[in-house]
Amino acid sequence: MKVSLSWLKEYVSINLNANDLADALTMAGLEVEAVSDRYDYLNSVHVGRIVNIDPHPSSDKLKLCSVDIGGDIISVVCGATNVKTNMLAPCAIPGTRFPKGKVLEKSIIRGETSEGMLCSELELGLGSNGHGIMELGKNLSVGDSLNKALGLSDPVLEIDLTPNRPDCLSIIGTAREIAAIENKRVTYPEIYLPESMGDIANHTSVTIMAPALSPRYAASLIFDVIVGPSPFWLQDRLVSVGLKPINNIVDITNFVMMETGQPLHAFDFDRLAENRIVVRTAQENETFITLDGKERRLDPEMLMICDGEKPVAIAGVMGGLNSEVEDTTTNILLESAYFDPVCIRKTSKKTGLNTDASHRFERGVDPNGTITALNRATQLITEIGGGKCVKGVIDEYPLPFSETTIDISSRRLNRHLGTRLDTAAIEKYLTSIEFEIKKIDGDKLQVTPPSCRVDIRRFEDITEEIARLFGYNNIETTFPLIPAEARHPDKKIDLRDRAKMLMTGLGFSEAINYSFISKQSCDHLELPPDDPKRKMVDILNPISVDQAVMRTSLIPGLLETMKLNISVQNKNLKLFEIGHVFFHTGQEDNQPDEVEMLAGLWTGTRVDSAWSLKEINCDFYDIKGVLEELLRNLGLVKTTFTRMPPEFCLYTKPGLTARILDENEPIGLVGEVHPKVLRNYDLKQTAFIFELNFDRLIQSIPDTKSARPIPKFPATSRDITLIIDNDIETYKIIETVEMLKEKLVEHLHLFDVFGGDPIPKGKKSVSFRITYRSSEETLEDNRVNHIHKTITNQLIKTFYATLPAE
Amino acid sequence: MQRSGKKTIYGWTSTKEQVELTLEKTIEQIHQDALKELESASDEESIKAISIRYLGRKGAVTQFLRNISNLPEDIRPEAGKKANETKTNLDVLFKKTLKELDTSSWKTDDQIDVSLPGRVTPRGSLHPITQITQKICAIFIRLGFDVAEGPEVETDYYNFEALNIPKNHPARDMQDTFYISKNIVLRTHTSPTQPRIMEKQNPPVRIVAPGKVYRCDSDLTHTPMFHQVEGLLVDKNISFGDLKGILTTFVHQMFDPETSLRFRPSFFPFTEPSAEVDIRCVICKGKGCRVCSKTGWLEVLGSGMVHPAVFENVGYDTTRYTGFAFGMGVERIAMLKYGIDDIRKYFENDLRFLRQF
Repeated sequence: MKVSLSWLKEYVSINLNANDLADALTMAGLEVEAVSDRYDYLNSVHVGRIVNIDPHPSSDKLKLCSVDIGGDIISVVCGATNVKTNMLAPCAIPGTRFPKGKVLEKSIIRGETSEGMLCSELELGLGSNGHGIMELGKNLSVGDSLNKALGLSDPVLEIDLTPNRPDCLSIIGTAREIAAIENKRVTYPEIYLPESMGDIANHTSVTIMAPALSPRYAASLIFDVIVGPSPFWLQDRLVSVGLKPINNIVDITNFVMMETGQPLHAFDFDRLAENRIVVRTAQENETFITLDGKERRLDPEMLMICDGEKPVAIAGVMGGLNSEVEDTTTNILLESAYFDPVCIRKTSKKTGLNTDASHRFERGVDPNGTITALNRATQLITEIGGGKCVKGVIDEYPLPFSETTIDISSRRLNRHLGTRLDTAAIEKYLTSIEFEIKKIDGDKLQVTPPSCRVDIRRFEDITEEIARLFGYNNIETTFPLIPAEARHPDKKIDLRDRAKMLMTGLGFSEAINYSFISKQSCDHLELPPDDPKRKMVDILNPISVDQAVMRTSLIPGLLETMKLNISVQNKNLKLFEIGHVFFHTGQEDNQPDEVEMLAGLWTGTRVDSAWSLKEINCDFYDIKGVLEELLRNLGLVKTTFTRMPPEFCLYTKPGLTARILDENEPIGLVGEVHPKVLRNYDLKQTAFIFELNFDRLIQSIPDTKSARPIPKFPATSRDITLIIDNDIETYKIIETVEMLKEKLVEHLHLFDVFGGDPIPKGKKSVSFRITYRSSEETLEDNRVNHIHKTITNQLIKTFYATLPAE
Repeated sequence: MQRSGKKTIYGWTSTKEQVELTLEKTIEQIHQDALKELESASDEESIKAISIRYLGRKGAVTQFLRNISNLPEDIRPEAGKKANETKTNLDVLFKKTLKELDTSSWKTDDQIDVSLPGRVTPRGSLHPITQITQKICAIFIRLGFDVAEGPEVETDYYNFEALNIPKNHPARDMQDTFYISKNIVLRTHTSPTQPRIMEKQNPPVRIVAPGKVYRCDSDLTHTPMFHQVEGLLVDKNISFGDLKGILTTFVHQMFDPETSLRFRPSFFPFTEPSAEVDIRCVICKGKGCRVCSKTGWLEVLGSGMVHPAVFENVGYDTTRYTGFAFGMGVERIAMLKYGIDDIRKYFENDLRFLRQF
């Protein structure tokens, strides 16, 4: 909200300069976002002297003026009749932004260049005279900016009000805060109603059918008004706070709203059927044309102001075209009411109409300010609009507000804030913002906030008032005394940090992608229609189609990240991400299942090219190695990798994909991205990915570690080479050896895999080294040879293996 | 593949093959003995002595060579060859060892270009948001706080109502919300962890809760997803002064012990009194610049005393307990710490950006 200093000064005297005042208001909780001077636009309007006047070659009405703007003489095309040589007049140069929004540009008028513009009072927003250019006093210095020359300065503060302070949505409300800062009192405008005639009750009535939504509705009547433009001072006030003058009646309602915070509405009394007001909720599917000419569909939650027959306004939001004040209007019914904030807010949301009135009603206006504002506007209409007011007001008040009183004790307040204030100090602060105080006994006070402070409901609200008036920064800084007790840290948080450290140690950089992705991601991943990853959670109001659903996999994000990086020539990537994925539960209005995943992507070279290393592209075993190292370091001992059956390979290549098992339960996959998926993402470079269910993974991570003794006796090893079918996975050999549960077998190490000549087609040769060790003695050759023979025979039998030719 | 017929060193036998073998063994034995002695020698003198013992005029190798003529004729050439090889080997080795011990030769031998980069698998980097989040949490952990987390997709109740933000309240305009359904939202702040924690645990409560949050807002200074860290401390006799103490300590730890800060009245429906915490602009040091919108101050934290309505919602006794809560934007703090000027960079994941941290 904008407030101008000159308007504020009508109600409170201000000693601080604008910037200091802005700081003080900010520190009192009214954040001033900007301070500007509303006459700043006159910086580029100069006091000009008309040096010479020539006729315009192609127009009788226009003249060519040479204007001295302080050193430079510019040529200006002017149509005013009152120009004469040696006259001082305001001359705007291109770039000037006039109060009505127009920006002056250098122009050619009927073939003649105009390098500036001689302005009228009206054009400059300095008066209502639009006839002829503004004549300036001879004592001004030519070339000076007009604001400097005329001493025009009016700082405007732009205040970003928090929703709890509707009382400050007015000049007087802001003045009240300033009065507390300046240690002054607010001077409220004196309202005096002129001679009135008749009795309002004989002319009109107000019937409230929905008292809960309209607890108070007041009206006054003014007859014989003359609708026309407002006087300059009134227009100027509205312009100063960013409002547009319309006509005297509407301008007065806006002026009073800005002054007091109470929105008002003026109806053309003669256009109200039966000359009366009925306040009721709308009927289903009723329609109504608002002032802006748009037809609105109504519903029974909306409150309508009606005449004897039909709606004439959406209560608290906008009036209707059918009862608008027009140039021909002579009799006015003025409305001042209190509407239910929730009702107004709902209506405003549903209609999309956010007006100055609805903004105030939905935050809560002063329930006791209704009549004051009504009288103030009635007074101004009779003064400015020349009307005669009808005696009395209608004040339908079916649900009177009760005053809020709050008992406080200084002891509790001090304990809450960490202050040492006595009751006198508290009283001083609260009375400075017009709270009423009654001493009870000892350190107890009974506090009654003014009715405009709808945000003050309980003790804690009072503490905030005291805190901000005392000054947050004057409150002593202390430290809580809390017992030194700690809870068990969340295992997941620790392990996540550990996994992140391990991944970076393995050369992977962490990515964070948006949790929402495109709905097409499932198609891009080539997922079948019944895939669980298709159980996506839709966002009702997404920002774009690319971010319309919650992700069910981290892979699309990583592939998009790969795409971005490749486009900027980052071709060798090792990336990982840990984040939530979201699965729809199938139940409407339920939270989705959130699962934490860990995924990685490797594309490009195995090592960065270097003088000492050959550049080789990464392959399946590179990323698998990373995974093995990660899992081993996390303490997972029972993970295995097994070939993913082709029918389960969706976005990875069949044959180049492994399923990761923990105690035979799948916890993820690793493999090469399917070429089709790469194509869907417009990627041309092979990439390897892995995905792990992090929530599942951490369940298998032991909390403790126990050390094994270092062996005392030497180990002995024996090699074995087997020729087996190509499609036998080596982990099965390891498994088979483990299943024999031979205690002396310490370790089985695969050191060679070979296919091709002289190995027969469809076969491969695999060589292992088995390490034997006893914890009790040095093993004798004979004993080892015997066990080794048993194992070899078992493997030959299990895998139909042969030994290599001697 | 062992062969039989191995005899003692000087015990010649009759077959040619076996003689060769034992001969080899003998000269080999001398060789091995010499190497063993050399291994345990540590100074120039003892190496010279060993050299004399094997290669000197009366040395073992010399003796062997001298005795070759005593061997059967057919194996003499082979034995001679072996012995000479041993002699040469040992000679080279003794000389080399002596040279290694001679420090004067260290300077120039086997010079390499040490300016060439080393071989390494470079570490990856943690995302700046993770790093700052960890830093923030670490400070509060040192102050005795625990870390907790909550779901990112929340119910309207925890995101709003439990926090004293009823439906149709203008305060809902303060946060543009992504809706999943009527009562399910993407959480707009990490504050829902407050009621969630308090429902589970009685005071004292001291937690920080980091996490992703979402708002329906995307422009130069806003991304629809960002990160916050929430904090909550509840016990008996907690005051606004305590809030100031904890947050001042945090700011001084996070930025600089000299950083000045101010507490400014504000409004959050779930705290009363509410305060924004501003720090002196770290860019211009308070002179006024683009980053601080010429105010000289930067807003870094929202905070306040927990609103009694929030306590009532979780069943805490408002006459016994007070507390404070605070929240901060991780992206904002990372921007200030690292001088990042475009918030969207965080989620593009350009490796050239990520690798800087």
